[in-house]
Amino acid sequence: MSTETLEQSIVKEPAEPLLSKRRKKFITDPLNDDNPVTVQVLGICSALAITIKMEPTLVMSIAVVFVIVFSNLIISLIRDLIPGRVRIIVQLAIVATLVTLVSEVLKAYMFDMYKVLGAFVGLIITNCIVMGRLEAFAMANKPYDSVLDGLGSGFGYAWIILTVAFFRELFGSGSLFDFKVFEAIGWTSYQTNGLMVDSIGAFMVLGILIWVQRTKTGYVEH
Amino acid sequence: MQRSNTYIIVFSAILTIILGLLLSGTSVVLKPLQDKQVDLDNKKKILGAVMDISSIVDPNEILSLYEKRFSSIVIDINGKIVEKDKKGNPVIAEKVNIQKNYKVAKEDRLYPVFQFVSESDPSKVEAYIFPMWGAGLWDWVSGFVAIESDLNTIKGVAFDHKTETPGLGARITSDQIKDRYKGKKIFDASGSLVSVSMVKGEKGLPLDDHHIDGLSGATLTGKGVNSMMLNYLECYKTFIEKTKKGGVSMVMSN
Repeated sequence: MSTETLEQSIVKEPAEPLLSKRRKKFITDPLNDDNPVTVQVLGICSALAITIKMEPTLVMSIAVVFVIVFSNLIISLIRDLIPGRVRIIVQLAIVATLVTLVSEVLKAYMFDMYKVLGAFVGLIITNCIVMGRLEAFAMANKPYDSVLDGLGSGFGYAWIILTVAFFRELFGSGSLFDFKVFEAIGWTSYQTNGLMVDSIGAFMVLGILIWVQRTKTGYVEH
Repeated sequence: MQRSNTYIIVFSAILTIILGLLLSGTSVVLKPLQDKQVDLDNKKKILGAVMDISSIVDPNEILSLYEKRFSSIVIDINGKIVEKDKKGNPVIAEKVNIQKNYKVAKEDRLYPVFQFVSESDPSKVEAYIFPMWGAGLWDWVSGFVAIESDLNTIKGVAFDHKTETPGLGARITSDQIKDRYKGKKIFDASGSLVSVSMVKGEKGLPLDDHHIDGLSGATLTGKGVNSMMLNYLECYKTFIEKTKKGGVSMVMSN
């Protein structure tokens, strides 16, 4: 077995440093070895839908990190109060509330982004990464650890979709953050690649990314 | 740990109340800001049909420019000015929801007309802007079509869409497509309404006054835009013809 699973120590350590080795793993594991997108293959929907350009992808990443961190924190704080039989509904209600907040704030302060992202912000609710972290981690761990775990998973998701968006915008639109890269370096005849603008482009970039990553980490499906 | 039903119900009720209060609170606080954004977005689109506003960053500048250069009226299908709705409330052109009106019968719709007035003489209309709504390939498409004061030549257009395919149908919002409409005519030589339509294919060949190049790979979006323009211009036709004869008085209602 080559994957490293989270070692969740049940033993209480009275004065654990804020960023102990165990806690660092909460953040570093999802970035690479246990990445939610490329290894667990979660959250693929939005990784395909909103990665046409860098700017909306960045906004989406921030939104997802915000939702994961705060839902992890809230659920972890009230984990002993949540009745086991309705826990999924409680998690869903909290996630939905946070997502609605993000959507409302976007509509009030970044209307252009709100129009681009539209339904996809609302669909963070159905992003398996969020519910997955709540069920697998926040329900059984302390608030601070849960925040770290949320940050790890959030950034793990963010860097993957930002990488996908980087290649899609560069080759599909010839720009980065709407800045025309190829024109700036004097290559005005660059023919944009329509395939990259399509969802298929995202599949291909993501596939290559998974391939490269798994070659490096030696991860295999069981 | 198994909890009693009472506990579960009380817990759920408290959670619902807290989350509900939080959400409705945010909604109330952010509503004025959101309304302002929607209003600004709408005015940007109207302005975008007659001039290039991409260099203006300050929202207040856009709003004051709009205030200065536009007067608006609302008409019905017979070209008559509508001032009050069925309940007797005053009708404001900027507040008319085109999408909602699109769903009712043509005869019952409210049609806002935004008049782009001359900078020196506010009673002289330089262009008429007609908002329109229709169906694209995946979802709605909408547009603001600006017609010159000769009521025939297109001064400019601004399209919007919900989910047309990026890079294909979504190109209707690009300057490249918008520029193709400029200077085209909506009436033919005999005076009947023909609108301006996209042809199939994008060959870059010179076309007559009523046709422009199509969208390569997005013929269906093009068809949607074509029928939207023709449908709505038909609805505005009576108004256009009346205005040509000088029939509709230039009522200023802001």
